[in-house]
Order: sequence, then C-alpha cells, then structure tokens
Amino acid sequence: MNLLWREALLSFRRTRLLSVLSVVTIAFALFVTGLFGLVAMNLRLALGQLEERVEVVAFVQRGTPSQTIAVATSDISAFPEVREVLYVSEADALERARTELVEFQDAYRDLEVNPLPPSLELKLQPGYRDARSAGEVAERLRGFGFIEDVRYGREWVQNLDRLRTIAGLVGLAIGSAFALVSMVIIGVTIRMTVLQRAREIQIMRLVGATDWFIRGPFILEGAIKGFLGGVLAVALCGAVFAAFKGQGVGLGLGLTFFGPLEVLALLVFGTLLGLAGSVVSVGRHLKRV
Amino acid sequence: MIRFTKVAKHYPTGSEPALADVTFHVGRGEFVFLTGHSGAGKSSLLKLMYAEERPSAGDVRVSGFTIGALTADEVPRLRRRLGIVFQDFRLLEDRTAAENIAFALEVTGSRADVIPARVARVLGQVGLEHKAGAFPRELSGGEQQRVAIARALVNDPPVLLADEPTGNLDERATRGVFQLLRDINASGTVVLMATHDLDLVRQAGHRVLELRDGHLVFDSAADQEEPA
Ligand SMILES: Nc1ncnc2c1ncn2[C@@H]1O[C@H](COP(=O)(O)OP(=O)(O)O)[C@@H](O)[C@H]1O
Ligand SMILES: [Mg+2]
Repeated sequence: MNLLWREALLSFRRTRLLSVLSVVTIAFALFVTGLFGLVAMNLRLALGQLEERVEVVAFVQRGTPSQTIAVATSDISAFPEVREVLYVSEADALERARTELVEFQDAYRDLEVNPLPPSLELKLQPGYRDARSAGEVAERLRGFGFIEDVRYGREWVQNLDRLRTIAGLVGLAIGSAFALVSMVIIGVTIRMTVLQRAREIQIMRLVGATDWFIRGPFILEGAIKGFLGGVLAVALCGAVFAAFKGQGVGLGLGLTFFGPLEVLALLVFGTLLGLAGSVVSVGRHLKRV
Repeated sequence: MIRFTKVAKHYPTGSEPALADVTFHVGRGEFVFLTGHSGAGKSSLLKLMYAEERPSAGDVRVSGFTIGALTADEVPRLRRRLGIVFQDFRLLEDRTAAENIAFALEVTGSRADVIPARVARVLGQVGLEHKAGAFPRELSGGEQQRVAIARALVNDPPVLLADEPTGNLDERATRGVFQLLRDINASGTVVLMATHDLDLVRQAGHRVLELRDGHLVFDSAADQEEPA
C-alpha cells in the first residue's frame, strides 16, 4: 500500500507539467459541465416555481347558464390532468381585481360595466404542469361551445423549458469534449511515465511483480488527478457562482448552488474520469516496455 | 529442475529458427555452462526458461512450471522462483545497492519488516555489506554484478539463470563473480550460465551445453554417458 502511494506520487512529480495539465483539463471538463449544470439546475428550480403557478384559464361567454357551467365543471374535473376547477364569476373577478391590484382600486370602483368576463380557473395535477399538458387541456376546453378563449403561460413555460434543455446539452457537449481531451492527456502522461520508468518496469517484471502491481501506481495516480480535478472544478464553480450571486440578488433572483450530492457527483465523476483515462492507456503502454 | 523436449523457437521476424529440436535435462544441484557463438541461441534458450518468450514447438519445464501453458498470472510466480542475472546488471541508477535489492522484495509484496534483514543477508553472501549505501555509479563492474546477483538471490530461488554475467567484466572481476556463482551452486542452487568465455569453461570442469545456429550440438553430460 505504502509503496503504491509512494510510486504514484513519485511519478506525479516526475511528469509535473503534464500532470498539472491533466488535472487542469479534468477540472475544466467538470467545471464547464458543472457550470451549465448550475444554470440548468437554477432554471429548473425557477421553472418549478412557475409551474406551481401554471394555470389554465378559460373565459366563459357572458350569459352562459350556470347549469351548463356546473355540468362542464364536473366534466373538466374528470380530466386526468386537472386537479381543481374553480368558477370565477364576473363579480368574483371584479372583487379580486380590486383587492389584488391595489393601484387600480379606484378605477375598478368607478366602473359602471364590469369589463371582466367570468372564467374557469384550472389547477393542474403535479405531473402535468408543463407546456404540453397545459396545451392539450386548453385544446379540449376550446371544444366547449360557451368557452371563448383559453390562456395559459405557454410561452414562458416553453421558453424556459427549452433554455434548460439547451443549457444541459451544451454543458454536456463541452464537458464531454474536455473530458475526452483530459483522457488523452492522461494517456500521454502515462506514456511518458512508462517510458521514463521502462527500466524499473522491466526489472519489476523480471523479479516477479504482478501485472496489477505494476499498473497500480499508474491507476492510482490517474484517480488522484481526477479527484483533484473535481475539487478544482467545484472551487471554480463556487467562485463563478459567488460572483453571479452578488448580481443576481440585485435582480431579485434567488440563485442556488450545488447541494452536497452534486458536489459529490462532480468529485466521483472526476475520479472516474482519471481512473478510466489511466486504465485505458496503462495496459497499452506497458505492453511496449 | 529444467527439462527441454524437442524445443523450437521461431521469432516472427526471423527467417531461420533461433532454436531447433533442443532436448536436455538439468537436475538438482547442477552447474551448467551454456556456450556457443554470438547468435547461437543462448539468450533465447534462457528467455524460454523465464517465460520472456514461449516455445514455438516442444515442451519447456522449469521448477514444475510448463512454460508453453503459463497464464499471465503464473509468469510472476515462476519468476519469483528464479534468479536472473544479465551482462548489463540492470540496476536502478537512482537507488543504492541495498535499495535495489529491497526493490525486488517490495514489488513482490514482501512484508516491510522482513526486508532489511533479508537484504543484509544477501549483501553478506556476495561480500558487499560495506557497500549497502553505495549507488551503482559508485561501484565497480564486478561489484555491480554482485549486487545484481544478491538481488537475484533474495527470494531464495532454486534456479539461477545468468546470461553472460561476466561479459562486461575484466578478468579479475570475472573470476570473482564466477567463484560467487560456484559458491551459490555449492549451497544447492542450480546455476545455468551462458558465456562464450571458453577459458572459464575449460578450467571449471562443469557440464557444458553448446549451441550452434540454434541446435544443441554438444552436451558434455550426454557424451560422458555414451558408451565408449
Ligand atoms: N526478439 C527477437 N526477434 C527476432 N529475432 C531474434 C530475437 N531475439 C533473438 N533473435 C535471433 O535469434 C537468434 C539467436 O539469438 P540469441 O538467442 O540472442 O543468441 P545468443 O544469445 O546466443 O547470442 C539470432 O539469430 C537473433 O538474431
Ligand atoms: Mg545473448
């Protein structure tokens, strides 16, 4: 065990520049992935809050008999996407406008004709609070003759949804590219170390060291580099986040950083990356000694 | 201990076989010279014994291992039962004599607490206790070869293979190293020494195997056994 660590650290020092380079590229791969992950995560949180509020509002023709509305309400309640249907009469709407929109209280009080149509307000079931489900429900509502118009926060939700997907994909793509580069650099580092240590490796084989014993330090070294890369990536993400959070507060955005689980994921991912990079190349390079 | 039966070795790049139809047996306690011109196949024969190469045909057995059938896992086990010495010593320049010997124990998984005593013992055996802390560049050729022999002995191998161990040494150092190998043989270890130092071979009176172009053309033991 002792020897394993000693050899791993020794070869780290022998190829210091390349070793630092591999740590930095792994860090960069994870940093980019992490950064876009952070954006995606915050968008998802924002989206979640918005989705809470995703309502479908169906405006009802004035003068629709309450009997018709009652029947329709129970029909609509039976939609699988719908959790709750609330009928808001003209009077209710006006009342609500007066209390909620304090600035316009006076304006609403002086009205002689109520400009607000009656409506059905639908709350969706948790699993259906997305643009597509809302759209489908809206489509079905339009089928009712007495419903004049249906609105839901379609564009918002769709745009945010798309942005989140794009952020995730871009992060993943750039992250993967850097991950690949870092694996190549780890391979190059191992090749150099193997060449530098060719004599030592030959002697190890001659006296009967097992193949895994010879590989051990290289693989450990790769894992250490990956882990260090992960630590660096988390630190970089933290720094960028801190810088943005200062500005975000001014914009009224409540930004969230990674939880312990995401941090752990980055570290594990970095370690795996270093491990994979070394396992893949060590066998190939050792064969040539 | 060592048995070759109709062994041939073809290298992928060579047109002529490096070894052809080689059959011999080395028993317990023997000291055997392996002679022949340069390119005769001495090193190839030794490489088959420590499984650096595999036979193209025939059967090679060393200390109970069948070389042709060794799995990757078994090669290290075979090597721990062999001591191997070369013309170029193969010492690590950045380690002292003692560290070079300890290295062989470390990388084969010996417990750290038994290493110093075993290193000291083999250093004593080759007469270099006082050079334990010296680096290879601070040692003469003969002393470097003694360190290499000490390293080969540290796992108490029943067989010692030496590929032209005196090839880089002057006459005095050659005699010293050769005497050391005889002492090791006297304590029960089988020694197989490739050399083209015919003076040494003639004076010693040990068994001789001679290769010529990959063929075993002379075995002093077999010739003695032949009826007159
Ligand atoms: N790895 C190899 N690849 C191809 N040919 C080889 C290889 N090693 C040895 N040979 C050939 O095999 C023959 C025997 O070589 P070797 O065993 O080194 O002889 P010696 O040790 O007696 O000088 C030579 O013709 C040599 O060129
Ligand atoms: Mg040779």
